[in-house]
Amino acid sequence: MTPDLRVRIGPLELKNPLMTASGCFGYGVEYADVVDLSRLGAVVVKGLFLKEREGHPPPRIVETPSGMLNAIGLQGIGVHRFVREKMPELRRLGAVVVVNVCGSSIDEYCEVSRILSDVEGVAALELNISCPNIKEGGIQFGCDLPSAHAVISAVRKVTRLPLMPKLTPNVTSVSSFARAAEDAGADAVSLVNTFLAMAIDVETGRPKLSNVMGGLSGPAIRPIAVRMVYECAKAVRIPVVGMGGISSARDVLEFLIAGATAVQVGTANFVDPFIWSKLQSGVEEYLQRHDIPRVMDLVGTLTTAR
Amino acid sequence: MAVPVDVRAEVLANTRLSAEYNVLVLGAPAIARAAEPGQFVMVRTADGTDPLLRRPFSVFEVLRDGEAPPHAISILCKRVGAGTTRLFHAEAGSHLDCLGPLGKPFGVVAPPAEAWMVAGGVGLAPFATLTGALNATGAAARLFYGGRSAADLFYIDWFRSRGVTLDVATEDGSRGDHGRVTVPLERALAARDASVPVMLYACGPEPMLKAVAGLAIRHGLPSQVSTERIMGCGMGGCYSCVVKTRGEDGQARFVRSCVNGPVFAGDALVWE
Repeated sequence: MTPDLRVRIGPLELKNPLMTASGCFGYGVEYADVVDLSRLGAVVVKGLFLKEREGHPPPRIVETPSGMLNAIGLQGIGVHRFVREKMPELRRLGAVVVVNVCGSSIDEYCEVSRILSDVEGVAALELNISCPNIKEGGIQFGCDLPSAHAVISAVRKVTRLPLMPKLTPNVTSVSSFARAAEDAGADAVSLVNTFLAMAIDVETGRPKLSNVMGGLSGPAIRPIAVRMVYECAKAVRIPVVGMGGISSARDVLEFLIAGATAVQVGTANFVDPFIWSKLQSGVEEYLQRHDIPRVMDLVGTLTTAR
Repeated sequence: MAVPVDVRAEVLANTRLSAEYNVLVLGAPAIARAAEPGQFVMVRTADGTDPLLRRPFSVFEVLRDGEAPPHAISILCKRVGAGTTRLFHAEAGSHLDCLGPLGKPFGVVAPPAEAWMVAGGVGLAPFATLTGALNATGAAARLFYGGRSAADLFYIDWFRSRGVTLDVATEDGSRGDHGRVTVPLERALAARDASVPVMLYACGPEPMLKAVAGLAIRHGLPSQVSTERIMGCGMGGCYSCVVKTRGEDGQARFVRSCVNGPVFAGDALVWE
Protein backbone atom coordinates (compact mmCIF):
# COMPACT_ATOMS: atom_id res chain seq x y z
CA MET A 1 0.00 0.00 0.00
CA THR A 2 1.24 3.50 -0.79
CA PRO A 3 1.97 5.33 2.45
CA ASP A 4 -0.02 8.45 3.31
CA LEU A 5 2.34 11.40 2.94
CA ARG A 6 -0.09 14.13 4.00
CA VAL A 7 0.96 16.42 6.83
CA ARG A 8 -0.74 19.30 8.64
CA ILE A 9 1.00 22.60 9.24
CA GLY A 10 -1.52 24.25 11.54
CA PRO A 11 -4.65 24.79 9.46
CA LEU A 12 -2.85 23.92 6.22
CA GLU A 13 -2.82 20.38 4.88
CA LEU A 14 0.04 19.51 2.52
CA LYS A 15 0.03 16.51 0.19
CA ASN A 16 3.55 15.66 1.31
CA PRO A 17 6.17 17.10 3.67
CA LEU A 18 8.50 18.43 0.95
CA MET A 19 8.73 22.21 0.59
CA THR A 20 11.17 24.37 -1.30
CA ALA A 21 13.30 26.64 0.87
CA SER A 22 12.87 30.35 0.31
CA GLY A 23 15.63 31.96 -1.74
CA CYS A 24 16.58 28.63 -3.29
CA PHE A 25 13.79 28.21 -5.82
CA GLY A 26 13.33 31.70 -7.27
CA TYR A 27 9.62 32.46 -7.52
CA GLY A 28 8.90 28.83 -8.42
CA VAL A 29 8.09 29.53 -12.06
CA GLU A 30 11.78 29.21 -12.95
CA TYR A 31 11.53 25.48 -12.25
CA ALA A 32 8.16 24.80 -13.90
CA ASP A 33 9.82 23.11 -16.90
CA VAL A 34 11.62 20.51 -14.80
CA VAL A 35 9.48 20.12 -11.65
CA ASP A 36 5.72 19.50 -11.42
CA LEU A 37 5.04 22.22 -8.85
CA SER A 38 1.64 20.73 -8.01
CA ARG A 39 3.35 17.62 -6.65
CA LEU A 40 5.39 19.53 -4.07
CA GLY A 41 4.07 19.91 -0.53
CA ALA A 42 4.51 23.65 -0.97
CA VAL A 43 6.51 26.13 -2.99
CA VAL A 44 8.08 28.71 -0.67
CA VAL A 45 9.04 31.65 -2.85
CA LYS A 46 11.86 34.13 -2.52
CA GLY A 47 11.51 36.72 0.22
CA LEU A 48 9.45 39.79 -0.66
CA PHE A 49 9.51 43.31 0.66
CA LEU A 50 6.94 45.94 -0.22
CA LYS A 51 9.20 47.35 -2.93
CA GLU A 52 11.79 46.10 -5.37
CA ARG A 53 15.24 45.51 -3.89
CA GLU A 54 18.52 45.48 -5.74
CA GLY A 55 20.48 43.09 -3.51
CA HIS A 56 24.23 43.01 -2.97
CA PRO A 57 26.86 43.34 -5.70
CA PRO A 58 28.57 40.10 -6.76
CA PRO A 59 30.33 37.95 -5.74
CA ARG A 60 27.25 36.77 -3.87
CA ILE A 61 28.16 33.14 -3.21
CA VAL A 62 31.24 31.15 -2.40
CA GLU A 63 31.63 27.44 -2.03
CA THR A 64 32.95 26.02 1.25
CA PRO A 65 33.54 22.42 2.34
CA SER A 66 30.20 20.60 1.81
CA GLY A 67 28.45 23.94 1.84
CA MET A 68 28.16 27.42 0.46
CA LEU A 69 27.95 30.97 1.72
CA ASN A 70 25.49 33.37 0.22
CA ALA A 71 24.95 37.08 0.56
CA ILE A 72 22.34 37.77 -2.10
CA GLY A 73 20.86 40.59 -0.08
CA LEU A 74 17.22 39.70 -0.78
CA GLN A 75 17.14 40.99 -4.33
CA GLY A 76 13.49 40.90 -5.22
CA ILE A 77 10.68 42.28 -7.31
CA GLY A 78 8.50 43.43 -4.41
CA VAL A 79 5.11 42.14 -3.39
CA HIS A 80 3.07 44.02 -5.99
CA ARG A 81 4.97 42.76 -9.01
CA PHE A 82 4.98 39.26 -7.49
CA VAL A 83 1.20 39.25 -7.21
CA ARG A 84 0.80 40.64 -10.73
CA GLU A 85 3.54 38.79 -12.61
CA LYS A 86 4.12 35.48 -10.80
CA MET A 87 0.95 34.46 -8.98
CA PRO A 88 -1.20 33.82 -12.10
CA GLU A 89 1.38 31.30 -13.37
CA LEU A 90 1.75 29.67 -9.94
CA ARG A 91 -2.05 29.32 -9.67
CA ARG A 92 -2.21 27.82 -13.16
CA LEU A 93 0.49 25.30 -12.24
CA GLY A 94 -1.41 24.23 -9.15
CA ALA A 95 1.32 25.14 -6.68
CA VAL A 96 0.61 25.50 -2.97
CA VAL A 97 2.28 28.87 -2.52
CA VAL A 98 3.90 29.99 0.71
CA VAL A 99 5.26 33.51 0.53
CA ASN A 100 8.32 34.50 2.52
CA VAL A 101 7.52 37.94 3.95
CA CYS A 102 10.29 40.45 4.67
CA GLY A 103 10.28 43.90 6.18
CA SER A 104 12.53 46.59 7.53
CA SER A 105 9.87 47.64 10.03
CA ILE A 106 6.86 46.07 11.74
CA ASP A 107 4.65 48.24 9.53
CA GLU A 108 6.24 46.82 6.39
CA TYR A 109 5.82 43.21 7.54
CA CYS A 110 2.16 43.97 8.26
CA GLU A 111 1.58 45.76 4.96
CA VAL A 112 3.12 42.96 2.87
CA SER A 113 1.15 40.37 4.84
CA ARG A 114 -2.10 42.30 4.44
CA ILE A 115 -1.62 42.55 0.68
CA LEU A 116 -0.92 38.82 0.36
CA SER A 117 -3.88 37.86 2.53
CA ASP A 118 -6.26 38.98 -0.21
CA VAL A 119 -4.47 37.12 -3.01
CA GLU A 120 -6.05 33.95 -4.31
CA GLY A 121 -3.67 31.00 -4.16
CA VAL A 122 -1.43 32.20 -1.35
CA ALA A 123 -1.68 29.35 1.16
CA ALA A 124 0.49 30.60 4.01
CA LEU A 125 3.05 33.20 5.04
CA GLU A 126 6.57 32.48 6.21
CA LEU A 127 7.77 35.45 8.23
CA ASN A 128 11.43 36.11 7.48
CA ILE A 129 12.91 37.37 10.74
CA SER A 130 16.20 35.64 10.12
CA CYS A 131 17.99 36.78 6.97
CA PRO A 132 21.60 37.38 8.04
CA ASN A 133 22.49 39.46 4.99
CA ILE A 134 20.64 42.74 5.28
CA LYS A 135 21.33 45.64 7.55
CA GLU A 136 17.86 46.70 8.55
CA GLY A 137 15.00 44.40 9.49
CA GLY A 138 15.15 40.67 9.16
CA ILE A 139 17.56 39.25 11.66
CA GLN A 140 17.33 42.22 14.03
CA PHE A 141 13.79 41.01 14.77
CA GLY A 142 14.92 37.42 14.92
CA CYS A 143 17.74 37.88 17.45
CA ASP A 144 15.78 39.71 20.13
CA LEU A 145 12.90 37.96 21.91
CA PRO A 146 10.67 41.02 22.55
CA SER A 147 11.13 42.21 18.94
CA ALA A 148 10.35 38.76 17.53
CA HIS A 149 7.23 38.55 19.67
CA ALA A 150 6.16 42.05 18.65
CA VAL A 151 6.46 41.54 14.89
CA ILE A 152 4.75 38.13 14.94
CA SER A 153 1.90 39.46 17.12
CA ALA A 154 1.44 42.45 14.84
CA VAL A 155 1.29 40.34 11.68
CA ARG A 156 -1.02 37.87 13.43
CA LYS A 157 -3.55 40.69 13.81
CA VAL A 158 -3.64 41.49 10.08
CA THR A 159 -3.85 38.06 8.50
CA ARG A 160 -5.84 34.86 8.81
CA LEU A 161 -3.37 32.95 6.67
CA PRO A 162 -1.29 30.31 8.43
CA LEU A 163 1.72 32.12 9.84
CA MET A 164 5.15 30.51 10.10
CA PRO A 165 8.06 32.61 11.36
CA LYS A 166 11.43 31.43 10.00
CA LEU A 167 13.98 31.38 12.79
CA THR A 168 17.67 32.10 12.77
CA PRO A 169 20.19 29.73 14.33
CA ASN A 170 22.41 32.72 15.19
CA VAL A 171 21.10 32.97 18.76
CA THR A 172 21.96 31.26 22.02
CA SER A 173 18.66 29.40 22.35
CA VAL A 174 16.54 28.88 19.23
CA SER A 175 13.86 27.12 21.23
CA SER A 176 13.14 30.25 23.26
CA PHE A 177 12.35 32.01 19.95
CA ALA A 178 10.13 29.11 18.92
CA ARG A 179 8.24 29.51 22.22
CA ALA A 180 7.94 33.27 21.67
CA ALA A 181 6.54 32.60 18.19
CA GLU A 182 3.99 30.15 19.57
CA ASP A 183 3.00 32.61 22.26
CA ALA A 184 2.58 35.37 19.65
CA GLY A 185 0.10 33.28 17.69
CA ALA A 186 2.22 31.58 15.04
CA ASP A 187 0.79 28.42 13.48
CA ALA A 188 4.21 26.87 12.94
CA VAL A 189 7.90 27.75 12.95
CA SER A 190 10.49 26.96 10.28
CA LEU A 191 14.17 26.60 11.00
CA VAL A 192 17.03 26.97 10.44
CA ASN A 193 17.94 29.90 8.27
CA THR A 194 21.65 30.07 7.40
CA PHE A 195 24.51 30.42 9.84
CA LEU A 196 26.31 33.76 9.72
CA ALA A 197 29.75 32.95 8.37
CA MET A 198 32.61 34.23 6.26
CA ALA A 199 35.44 33.13 3.98
CA ILE A 200 38.67 34.95 3.15
CA ASP A 201 40.91 34.79 0.09
CA VAL A 202 44.26 34.50 1.84
CA GLU A 203 46.24 35.49 -1.27
CA THR A 204 44.57 38.88 -1.47
CA GLY A 205 43.55 39.20 2.17
CA ARG A 206 40.05 40.10 1.01
CA PRO A 207 36.66 38.59 1.85
CA LYS A 208 35.30 36.22 -0.76
CA LEU A 209 31.85 37.86 -0.60
CA SER A 210 31.25 41.51 -1.44
CA ASN A 211 29.12 41.73 1.71
CA VAL A 212 32.05 40.32 3.77
CA MET A 213 29.74 37.98 5.69
CA GLY A 214 27.11 35.60 4.40
CA GLY A 215 24.93 32.68 5.40
CA LEU A 216 26.27 29.12 5.44
CA SER A 217 24.00 26.39 4.06
CA GLY A 218 24.38 22.88 2.71
CA PRO A 219 25.28 19.49 4.19
CA ALA A 220 27.90 21.12 6.43
CA ILE A 221 25.19 22.57 8.71
CA ARG A 222 22.85 19.57 8.81
CA PRO A 223 23.80 18.06 12.21
CA ILE A 224 23.43 21.44 13.93
CA ALA A 225 20.09 22.01 12.24
CA VAL A 226 18.84 18.58 13.29
CA ARG A 227 19.77 19.36 16.90
CA MET A 228 17.96 22.72 16.79
CA VAL A 229 14.84 21.21 15.23
CA TYR A 230 14.88 18.54 17.94
CA GLU A 231 15.12 21.18 20.68
CA CYS A 232 12.35 23.32 19.20
CA ALA A 233 10.00 20.42 18.59
CA LYS A 234 10.30 19.51 22.26
CA ALA A 235 9.71 23.11 23.32
CA VAL A 236 6.49 23.94 21.42
CA ARG A 237 3.17 22.33 20.49
CA ILE A 238 2.92 23.99 17.05
CA PRO A 239 4.48 22.15 14.08
CA VAL A 240 8.14 22.66 13.30
CA VAL A 241 9.27 22.78 9.66
CA GLY A 242 12.88 21.67 9.53
CA MET A 243 15.64 22.52 7.11
CA GLY A 244 19.41 22.69 6.88
CA GLY A 245 21.50 20.72 4.43
CA ILE A 246 18.87 18.17 3.41
CA SER A 247 20.20 16.39 0.31
CA SER A 248 18.60 12.93 0.36
CA ALA A 249 15.55 11.01 1.55
CA ARG A 250 17.64 9.83 4.47
CA ASP A 251 18.13 13.45 5.52
CA VAL A 252 14.39 14.15 5.24
CA LEU A 253 13.70 11.18 7.50
CA GLU A 254 16.30 12.37 10.01
CA PHE A 255 14.50 15.72 10.38
CA LEU A 256 11.09 14.05 10.67
CA ILE A 257 12.32 11.69 13.38
CA ALA A 258 13.88 14.68 15.18
CA GLY A 259 10.44 16.29 15.30
CA ALA A 260 9.89 18.18 12.05
CA THR A 261 6.40 17.83 10.59
CA ALA A 262 7.64 18.93 7.18
CA VAL A 263 10.97 19.93 5.68
CA GLN A 264 12.38 22.47 3.28
CA VAL A 265 15.14 21.78 0.77
CA GLY A 266 17.32 24.58 -0.54
CA THR A 267 20.95 24.18 -1.49
CA ALA A 268 20.46 20.59 -2.71
CA ASN A 269 18.01 21.92 -5.30
CA PHE A 270 20.87 23.96 -6.78
CA VAL A 271 22.90 20.80 -7.22
CA ASP A 272 20.00 18.68 -8.48
CA PRO A 273 16.77 20.37 -9.58
CA PHE A 274 15.33 16.89 -10.18
CA ILE A 275 15.77 15.95 -6.52
CA TRP A 276 12.10 16.24 -5.53
CA SER A 277 10.75 12.99 -6.95
CA LYS A 278 13.83 11.17 -5.62
CA LEU A 279 13.17 12.48 -2.11
CA GLN A 280 9.51 11.51 -2.25
CA SER A 281 10.10 7.98 -3.53
CA GLY A 282 12.86 7.50 -0.96
CA VAL A 283 10.55 8.51 1.88
CA GLU A 284 7.78 6.25 0.54
CA GLU A 285 10.15 3.33 0.22
CA TYR A 286 11.32 3.81 3.82
CA LEU A 287 7.77 3.99 5.19
CA GLN A 288 6.85 0.81 3.35
CA ARG A 289 9.96 -0.99 4.50
CA HIS A 290 9.27 0.00 8.11
CA ASP A 291 5.55 -0.71 7.80
CA ILE A 292 4.59 2.85 8.72
CA PRO A 293 1.25 3.74 7.09
CA ARG A 294 1.42 7.53 7.49
CA VAL A 295 4.39 9.88 7.41
CA MET A 296 2.86 11.75 10.37
CA ASP A 297 3.44 8.61 12.43
CA LEU A 298 7.17 9.12 12.04
CA VAL A 299 7.30 12.72 13.28
CA GLY A 300 9.14 13.14 16.57
CA THR A 301 9.72 9.42 17.11
CA LEU A 302 13.33 9.67 18.21
CA THR A 303 14.12 6.87 20.61
CA THR A 304 16.59 7.88 23.30
CA ALA A 305 15.97 5.06 25.76
CA ARG A 306 18.74 2.50 25.90
CA MET B 1 14.38 26.42 -26.34
CA ALA B 2 14.67 22.89 -25.10
CA VAL B 3 13.83 21.92 -21.55
CA PRO B 4 17.05 21.12 -19.66
CA VAL B 5 17.80 17.51 -18.77
CA ASP B 6 20.25 16.00 -16.30
CA VAL B 7 22.41 13.39 -18.00
CA ARG B 8 24.75 10.99 -16.22
CA ALA B 9 27.32 11.49 -18.97
CA GLU B 10 30.18 9.14 -19.67
CA VAL B 11 33.54 10.80 -20.15
CA LEU B 12 34.33 9.59 -23.67
CA ALA B 13 37.67 11.37 -23.91
CA ASN B 14 39.83 13.79 -21.96
CA THR B 15 42.39 15.63 -24.07
CA ARG B 16 44.86 17.71 -22.09
CA LEU B 17 45.85 20.66 -24.24
CA SER B 18 48.39 22.08 -21.79
CA ALA B 19 49.13 22.00 -18.06
CA GLU B 20 45.98 24.13 -17.56
CA TYR B 21 43.53 23.40 -20.33
CA ASN B 22 41.67 20.24 -21.26
CA VAL B 23 38.74 19.23 -23.44
CA LEU B 24 36.29 16.72 -22.01
CA VAL B 25 34.00 14.82 -24.36
CA LEU B 26 30.77 13.92 -22.57
CA GLY B 27 28.28 11.36 -23.86
CA ALA B 28 25.05 13.34 -23.54
CA PRO B 29 22.90 12.80 -26.66
CA ALA B 30 19.84 14.67 -25.34
CA ILE B 31 21.93 17.77 -24.62
CA ALA B 32 23.98 17.47 -27.82
CA ARG B 33 20.83 17.42 -29.97
CA ALA B 34 19.21 20.39 -28.24
CA ALA B 35 22.13 22.74 -27.53
CA GLU B 36 22.28 26.04 -29.38
CA PRO B 37 25.41 28.20 -29.80
CA GLY B 38 26.18 30.12 -26.61
CA GLN B 39 24.24 27.81 -24.29
CA PHE B 40 25.91 26.17 -21.32
CA VAL B 41 25.79 23.10 -19.11
CA MET B 42 26.19 22.71 -15.35
CA VAL B 43 28.62 19.90 -14.58
CA ARG B 44 29.03 18.15 -11.26
CA THR B 45 32.75 17.62 -10.86
CA ALA B 46 32.43 14.86 -8.27
CA ASP B 47 29.85 12.69 -6.58
CA GLY B 48 29.29 13.48 -2.92
CA THR B 49 29.29 16.92 -1.32
CA ASP B 50 32.77 18.36 -1.83
CA PRO B 51 32.93 20.20 -4.17
CA LEU B 52 29.21 20.72 -3.65
CA LEU B 53 28.01 22.89 -6.51
CA ARG B 54 28.07 22.30 -10.23
CA ARG B 55 30.28 24.37 -12.50
CA PRO B 56 29.04 26.18 -15.61
CA PHE B 57 30.68 25.48 -18.99
CA SER B 58 29.81 26.66 -22.45
CA VAL B 59 28.99 23.83 -24.81
CA PHE B 60 32.25 23.80 -26.79
CA GLU B 61 31.63 21.27 -29.58
CA VAL B 62 28.59 19.23 -30.56
CA LEU B 63 29.88 15.87 -31.81
CA ARG B 64 28.43 13.27 -34.14
CA ASP B 65 29.62 10.25 -36.10
CA GLY B 66 29.16 10.94 -39.79
CA GLU B 67 25.55 11.78 -40.54
CA ALA B 68 24.19 10.32 -37.28
CA PRO B 69 22.42 12.62 -34.80
CA PRO B 70 24.75 14.27 -32.26
CA HIS B 71 25.72 11.97 -29.41
CA ALA B 72 28.15 14.03 -27.35
CA ILE B 73 29.27 17.49 -26.40
CA SER B 74 32.67 18.69 -25.36
CA ILE B 75 33.59 21.34 -22.82
CA LEU B 76 36.74 23.44 -22.75
CA CYS B 77 38.06 23.57 -19.18
CA LYS B 78 40.70 25.70 -17.54
CA ARG B 79 42.06 24.65 -14.16
CA VAL B 80 41.32 27.33 -11.62
CA GLY B 81 40.12 25.52 -8.51
CA ALA B 82 39.18 22.22 -6.92
CA GLY B 83 36.34 21.43 -9.34
CA THR B 84 38.20 22.16 -12.55
CA THR B 85 41.25 20.29 -11.25
CA ARG B 86 39.03 17.21 -10.89
CA LEU B 87 37.83 17.71 -14.44
CA PHE B 88 41.43 18.06 -15.64
CA HIS B 89 42.15 14.61 -14.22
CA ALA B 90 38.80 12.99 -15.17
CA GLU B 91 39.30 9.54 -16.64
CA ALA B 92 37.64 8.24 -19.77
CA GLY B 93 34.92 5.81 -18.77
CA SER B 94 34.01 7.73 -15.61
CA HIS B 95 30.68 9.56 -15.34
CA LEU B 96 29.73 13.16 -14.59
CA ASP B 97 26.27 14.62 -14.04
CA CYS B 98 25.65 17.18 -16.75
CA LEU B 99 22.59 19.50 -16.71
CA GLY B 100 21.56 21.42 -19.79
CA PRO B 101 21.26 22.97 -22.22
CA LEU B 102 20.81 26.20 -20.28
CA GLY B 103 20.67 29.93 -20.98
CA LYS B 104 19.89 32.18 -23.89
CA PRO B 105 21.90 31.42 -27.05
CA PHE B 106 23.62 33.79 -29.45
CA GLY B 107 21.57 35.37 -32.19
CA VAL B 108 23.19 34.02 -35.38
CA VAL B 109 23.70 36.49 -38.21
CA ALA B 110 23.23 35.72 -41.90
CA PRO B 111 24.75 37.35 -45.01
CA PRO B 112 25.35 40.06 -45.87
CA ALA B 113 26.30 40.52 -42.20
CA GLU B 114 29.68 39.28 -41.04
CA ALA B 115 30.36 37.72 -37.63
CA TRP B 116 33.44 38.92 -35.78
CA MET B 117 34.11 36.73 -32.76
CA VAL B 118 36.42 37.98 -30.02
CA ALA B 119 37.77 35.38 -27.60
CA GLY B 120 40.07 35.73 -24.60
CA GLY B 121 41.58 32.55 -23.14
CA VAL B 122 38.93 30.01 -22.15
CA GLY B 123 36.42 32.44 -23.68
CA LEU B 124 37.02 30.58 -26.91
CA ALA B 125 34.51 27.99 -25.71
CA PRO B 126 31.20 29.23 -27.20
CA PHE B 127 32.66 30.03 -30.61
CA ALA B 128 33.02 26.53 -32.04
CA THR B 129 29.27 25.93 -32.05
CA LEU B 130 28.68 29.50 -33.21
CA THR B 131 31.04 28.84 -36.12
CA GLY B 132 28.97 25.80 -37.05
CA ALA B 133 25.81 27.91 -37.07
CA LEU B 134 27.52 30.65 -39.10
CA ASN B 135 28.69 28.07 -41.63
CA ALA B 136 25.06 27.03 -41.94
CA THR B 137 23.81 30.58 -42.61
CA GLY B 138 26.78 31.28 -44.85
CA ALA B 139 27.86 34.37 -42.94
CA ALA B 140 31.55 35.21 -43.16
CA ALA B 141 33.26 34.57 -39.81
CA ARG B 142 36.37 36.08 -38.31
CA LEU B 143 37.95 35.17 -34.96
CA PHE B 144 40.06 37.52 -32.88
CA TYR B 145 41.73 35.27 -30.35
CA GLY B 146 43.94 36.37 -27.47
CA GLY B 147 45.92 34.45 -24.88
CA ARG B 148 48.89 34.88 -22.58
CA SER B 149 51.25 33.15 -25.00
CA ALA B 150 51.28 30.96 -28.12
CA ALA B 151 51.06 27.86 -25.90
CA ASP B 152 47.68 29.06 -24.59
CA LEU B 153 46.03 29.21 -28.02
CA PHE B 154 44.14 26.12 -29.15
CA TYR B 155 42.01 24.85 -32.03
CA ILE B 156 43.35 27.43 -34.45
CA ASP B 157 43.45 24.89 -37.29
CA TRP B 158 39.95 23.77 -36.37
CA PHE B 159 38.59 27.27 -36.95
CA ARG B 160 40.70 27.82 -40.10
CA SER B 161 39.42 24.59 -41.63
CA ARG B 162 35.88 25.94 -41.26
CA GLY B 163 36.64 29.06 -43.19
CA VAL B 164 37.15 31.35 -40.21
CA THR B 165 39.68 34.18 -40.70
CA LEU B 166 41.97 34.35 -37.68
CA ASP B 167 43.61 37.32 -35.95
CA VAL B 168 45.74 36.31 -32.98
CA ALA B 169 47.28 38.30 -30.14
CA THR B 170 49.43 37.17 -27.22
CA GLU B 171 50.38 39.13 -24.13
CA ASP B 172 54.02 37.99 -24.42
CA GLY B 173 54.16 38.54 -28.17
CA SER B 174 55.01 34.90 -28.89
CA ARG B 175 52.37 34.74 -31.62
CA GLY B 176 50.43 37.34 -33.56
CA ASP B 177 50.09 40.84 -32.20
CA HIS B 178 51.92 41.69 -28.99
CA GLY B 179 49.26 42.67 -26.45
CA ARG B 180 45.57 42.23 -25.91
CA VAL B 181 43.13 40.89 -28.44
CA THR B 182 41.73 44.40 -28.83
CA VAL B 183 44.92 45.36 -30.73
CA PRO B 184 44.04 43.45 -33.93
CA LEU B 185 40.34 44.11 -33.35
CA GLU B 186 40.78 47.88 -33.29
CA ARG B 187 42.96 47.73 -36.39
CA ALA B 188 40.33 45.69 -38.23
CA LEU B 189 37.54 48.01 -37.13
CA ALA B 190 39.46 51.02 -38.42
CA ALA B 191 40.08 49.31 -41.76
CA ARG B 192 36.68 47.79 -42.34
CA ASP B 193 34.31 48.52 -45.21
CA ALA B 194 31.53 50.45 -43.48
CA SER B 195 28.94 49.24 -45.98
CA VAL B 196 29.21 45.67 -44.65
CA PRO B 197 27.21 45.09 -41.45
CA VAL B 198 29.18 43.41 -38.67
CA MET B 199 27.98 41.67 -35.51
CA LEU B 200 30.60 41.53 -32.78
CA TYR B 201 30.52 38.48 -30.49
CA ALA B 202 32.69 38.41 -27.37
CA CYS B 203 33.55 35.97 -24.60
CA GLY B 204 36.44 36.23 -22.16
CA PRO B 205 37.65 38.17 -19.14
CA GLU B 206 35.41 41.02 -18.03
CA PRO B 207 37.82 43.85 -18.96
CA MET B 208 37.95 42.41 -22.48
CA LEU B 209 34.15 42.22 -22.68
CA LYS B 210 33.88 45.80 -21.52
CA ALA B 211 36.45 46.89 -24.10
CA VAL B 212 34.73 45.05 -26.96
CA ALA B 213 31.28 46.35 -25.98
CA GLY B 214 32.76 49.85 -25.89
CA LEU B 215 34.41 49.46 -29.29
CA ALA B 216 31.14 48.21 -30.76
CA ILE B 217 29.30 51.29 -29.50
CA ARG B 218 32.06 53.60 -30.76
CA HIS B 219 31.87 52.06 -34.22
CA GLY B 220 28.09 51.94 -34.28
CA LEU B 221 28.00 48.14 -34.39
CA PRO B 222 25.79 45.72 -32.46
CA SER B 223 27.47 43.28 -30.13
CA GLN B 224 26.59 40.13 -28.22
CA VAL B 225 28.59 39.46 -25.10
CA SER B 226 28.72 36.13 -23.27
CA THR B 227 29.30 36.79 -19.57
CA GLU B 228 31.06 34.48 -17.17
CA ARG B 229 29.85 34.47 -13.57
CA ILE B 230 30.06 32.32 -10.48
CA MET B 231 26.82 30.36 -10.66
CA GLY B 232 25.04 28.42 -7.96
CA CYS B 233 22.34 26.64 -9.90
CA GLY B 234 22.19 27.72 -13.56
CA MET B 235 18.39 27.61 -13.40
CA GLY B 236 17.44 31.04 -12.04
CA GLY B 237 16.91 29.83 -8.49
CA CYS B 238 19.71 31.39 -6.48
CA TYR B 239 20.30 34.91 -7.84
CA SER B 240 24.07 34.64 -7.41
CA CYS B 241 25.21 35.11 -11.03
CA VAL B 242 23.87 38.60 -11.55
CA VAL B 243 25.16 41.20 -13.97
CA LYS B 244 23.96 44.78 -14.14
CA THR B 245 21.96 45.73 -17.21
CA ARG B 246 19.97 48.76 -18.23
CA GLY B 247 16.35 47.92 -18.96
CA GLU B 248 13.95 49.56 -21.39
CA ASP B 249 12.88 51.92 -18.61
CA GLY B 250 16.47 53.18 -18.37
CA GLN B 251 16.86 51.73 -14.89
CA ALA B 252 20.02 49.70 -14.13
CA ARG B 253 19.24 46.40 -12.41
CA PHE B 254 20.95 43.17 -11.48
CA VAL B 255 19.69 40.36 -13.70
CA ARG B 256 20.60 36.69 -13.61
CA SER B 257 23.16 35.75 -16.25
CA CYS B 258 21.94 32.12 -16.20
CA VAL B 259 18.40 32.82 -17.40
CA ASN B 260 18.56 36.35 -18.82
CA GLY B 261 21.96 35.53 -20.39
CA PRO B 262 24.68 34.40 -20.50
CA VAL B 263 24.51 36.26 -23.82
CA PHE B 264 23.58 39.94 -23.52
CA ALA B 265 23.50 42.80 -25.98
CA GLY B 266 26.77 44.61 -25.31
CA ASP B 267 25.06 47.99 -25.05
CA ALA B 268 22.65 46.73 -22.36
CA LEU B 269 25.40 45.84 -19.88
CA VAL B 270 26.37 48.34 -17.19
CA TRP B 271 30.01 47.91 -16.17
CA GLU B 272 30.97 48.46 -12.53
